[in-house]
Amino acid sequence: MNAVGAPLKRREDPKLLVGEGKYVDDIQVPGQLWMGMVRSPMAHAKIESIDTSAAEQAEGVHAVYTGPQLQEMGLWLAPLPCAWLVTDDMVNPPHYPLAMDEVHHVGEIVAIVLADSRYGAADAAELVVVDYAPLDPVASIAAARDGDATAHSEHDTNKAFHWPLVPDPDALDAAFANASHTVKAEFVQQRLIPAAMEPRGVLAVPSPMGGDVTLYSATQVPHILKVMAAATTGIPESKIRVIAPAVGGGFGAKLNINPDEILAISLANKLGRAVRWTESRTEAAFSTHQGRGQLQTIELAADADGKLMGCRVHIDADMGAYMMLITPGVPLLGSFLYTGVYAVPAFGFTCDGYFTNLTPTDAYRGAGRPEASYAIERAMDILAAEVGIGPDEIRRRNYLGGGDYFENLEVPSTLVFDSGHYGPNLDKALELAGYDDLRAEQARRRDAGERKQLGIGMVTYVEICGLAPSRALGGLNYGAGGWEHATVRLLPTGKAEVVSGSTPHGQGHETTWSQIVGDKLGIPPEDVTVLHSDTAISPLGLDTYGSRSLAVGGVAIAAACDKVVEKAKQIAAHSMEASADDLEFDGGMFSVSGSPDKQMAIQEIAFGAFTAHDLPDGMEPNLQEQVTFDPPNFVFPFGTHVCTVEIDEETGNVELLSYVAVDDCGNQINPMIVEGQLHGGIVQGVAQALWEEACYDEDGNLTNPSLMDYLVPSPTEVPSMVTDYTVTPSTSNPLGVKGAGEAGTISSAAAVMNAVVDALSPYGVKDMDMPATPQRVWRTIHEAKNGGAA
Amino acid sequence: MEVSMSVNGETRTSEVEPRTLLVHHLRDELGLTGTNIGCDTSSCGACTIHVDGESVKSCTMLAVQADGASITTIEGLASADGELHPMQAAFMECHGLQCGYCTPGMVMAATSLVAENPDGLDEAAVREGLEGNLCRCTGYHNIVKAVLSVGGGA
Repeated sequence: MNAVGAPLKRREDPKLLVGEGKYVDDIQVPGQLWMGMVRSPMAHAKIESIDTSAAEQAEGVHAVYTGPQLQEMGLWLAPLPCAWLVTDDMVNPPHYPLAMDEVHHVGEIVAIVLADSRYGAADAAELVVVDYAPLDPVASIAAARDGDATAHSEHDTNKAFHWPLVPDPDALDAAFANASHTVKAEFVQQRLIPAAMEPRGVLAVPSPMGGDVTLYSATQVPHILKVMAAATTGIPESKIRVIAPAVGGGFGAKLNINPDEILAISLANKLGRAVRWTESRTEAAFSTHQGRGQLQTIELAADADGKLMGCRVHIDADMGAYMMLITPGVPLLGSFLYTGVYAVPAFGFTCDGYFTNLTPTDAYRGAGRPEASYAIERAMDILAAEVGIGPDEIRRRNYLGGGDYFENLEVPSTLVFDSGHYGPNLDKALELAGYDDLRAEQARRRDAGERKQLGIGMVTYVEICGLAPSRALGGLNYGAGGWEHATVRLLPTGKAEVVSGSTPHGQGHETTWSQIVGDKLGIPPEDVTVLHSDTAISPLGLDTYGSRSLAVGGVAIAAACDKVVEKAKQIAAHSMEASADDLEFDGGMFSVSGSPDKQMAIQEIAFGAFTAHDLPDGMEPNLQEQVTFDPPNFVFPFGTHVCTVEIDEETGNVELLSYVAVDDCGNQINPMIVEGQLHGGIVQGVAQALWEEACYDEDGNLTNPSLMDYLVPSPTEVPSMVTDYTVTPSTSNPLGVKGAGEAGTISSAAAVMNAVVDALSPYGVKDMDMPATPQRVWRTIHEAKNGGAA
Repeated sequence: MEVSMSVNGETRTSEVEPRTLLVHHLRDELGLTGTNIGCDTSSCGACTIHVDGESVKSCTMLAVQADGASITTIEGLASADGELHPMQAAFMECHGLQCGYCTPGMVMAATSLVAENPDGLDEAAVREGLEGNLCRCTGYHNIVKAVLSVGGGA
């Protein structure tokens, strides 16, 4: 009876398939007030005046408030939180739910209306008249770094922090001084809009029975939100209940503490009425945080054979207008991965964070690690060309452990990789892709001068996930821990109930957790109920992000099950008058070694633990155990992806012909779910490479805020994918599991761009910015052909 | 204005503001919240329903335009005894959903696509047919697989 490892169908699905998934906007309560947001159309301006009179008189309007009014009412005690003060001197301008006297990005809230209907709130918001005095906007990271304007007029610089990770500067300089080959490349990580299909929304409901207030939010982090809402509003933590109902995707965009959340809970608490808001898609593009936004410079030093000697990285990171929950920490999450899967004796990384007058950045699927993976994997291709060997060979020559199995290996960025085995993983990917045949076909097309040329790109990535050992986070100045909590109880009826601090939004936790618990307790997975995402039911938790749920939360559940079984064993020994040491536990049955007829089912023991009529002396009734697991180390999944593109040289169009992914996330609990995670992740990274970019004009206006012109891929743009696995169990946890939620995104942008550049290499093209749109590809081809002019 | 329509086999009559979008009418007035809203430009397809047998993005119609129409939403697709429609079952079987938010619209669009192509669809036709429906979780791989398992023909 092994549920673990089986592709069990998801228990989450039936409700979602018939329209019974309850997302925030689906929940209606009597007497609710709708918030309508009045947002700044200016990227940077002083607020001269706000006239709310017309809005106040509109039908169905309850109230209209400006920032200073809400401040005066005591709606908040503190600005919105940033939990990651990456340096002691980091600049962190106060970020209130509403602008006080100066706006710092288009979409910042300057006033709110409360009305009795969805449409009424939107109408009334239109009636608020705001006078602005424009200030010079800082509309790009380069302008922030090099220009005169400052994004916050009270500061004389846009630089927020400088963060170095240079373990041995002398060794790094020596590596470059002694190298046979050096390459230097600059990459742009364009801003991306996360665009989870469910827009964010909130509903705060004061309890009619007492002083508490319940906040429903489309959030990945109800537990963190509860703590931060208490700290920000002054409502006692014990009076706040946060519920993340069905949540329609997150990808990091729902990992924040947003103005609307603080406004809703605080207004509901003050007014005694339910307060709600649901963002429109276009509103989301301006107001919900964005991802990426970095200028990267990477230099590699190598010997004559292409073996790496050193890696030096600098990035300028775009914070946007404010530090949100983990804005400044995102580039740092990547800092440790710029040497990728390679043995690099000397390493140095520096990051400067800059403010701009653009929407704040923060976590987006992979958060810092896709950027790092992109830089090293693109640079390795450039180095391969410099050395004159193939992209597969440059990787083989540099893999950690020589491509052989290793465990607990310290790398120059000071991390200890749990386990890796890169050589066979590459072999498998190349074989599945038919690599030699692809190269032959590429050569044939080139020789024939065909209009549609092939490009083949490969990536071997590693990611750091399973966030995170609390001490490691403390060492990085992060303001919280990285543990996860689980409670497992075997009920009197023999069914199990699991309370998980992880908070799913599409990952299938209920199914996966039931598989772990079913096997551990020897009961059918169908007999396991999983409770989560409600701080009243699951008071302890640190939620879902950073591919942490299984490697931290799942491990906590398994450990709690072990404790349940251990207690049950003591009861079984007592009941059967045997020594606990003589008991075996298999398939839910305790039996006495050598006396196979003496046995007791764990469900029977659960009932006995409930009645407590005959428990061992001093034992507490009931079978319920809890574990808070703080991982001793991160986990480091890896894999090799091979992508083939076809470029139409006449139109510049890039078509994905095939995508092969061989991933290694250690032991798998539900391979169907793992594969689904990879599919989605891969397409999100492909989208960065080929289509997606949040485009801004020089005044700081987002020019493509809707799904008509921000190109989230549709089914026609991507092919079906080929996925396979190698299995190298983690040494960081007893389940041997790693993580799979972000892996696809961490690898695929580089794989695609390596393929695009490979296709264009006969023209001497060595690099191209993302996204590789038809226009950009066409221009690159023609500039290369014409020696610089399109 | 008064509008009356058959929704999942039941006649529903209500007073609406003339500007009310059909999707808001279904969700806020009739309580049929299975039909989701994912954008404001008719790009994402999360609100896809059937109007007189054809798939329609319900954010592109006013409620008053549906006066007299026969509407099926995701709540009306499974049989009365709760058995899933073959397309719903295929999505579950093929892991064609993760967060589930695009799913009602995707399933409604897919059932309509299959009905319009009784001779069967190939992968390219499925992808073309679902072009107006966006999913951010699945990369479409398993959605396409699910639709082909129902409407792929012989």
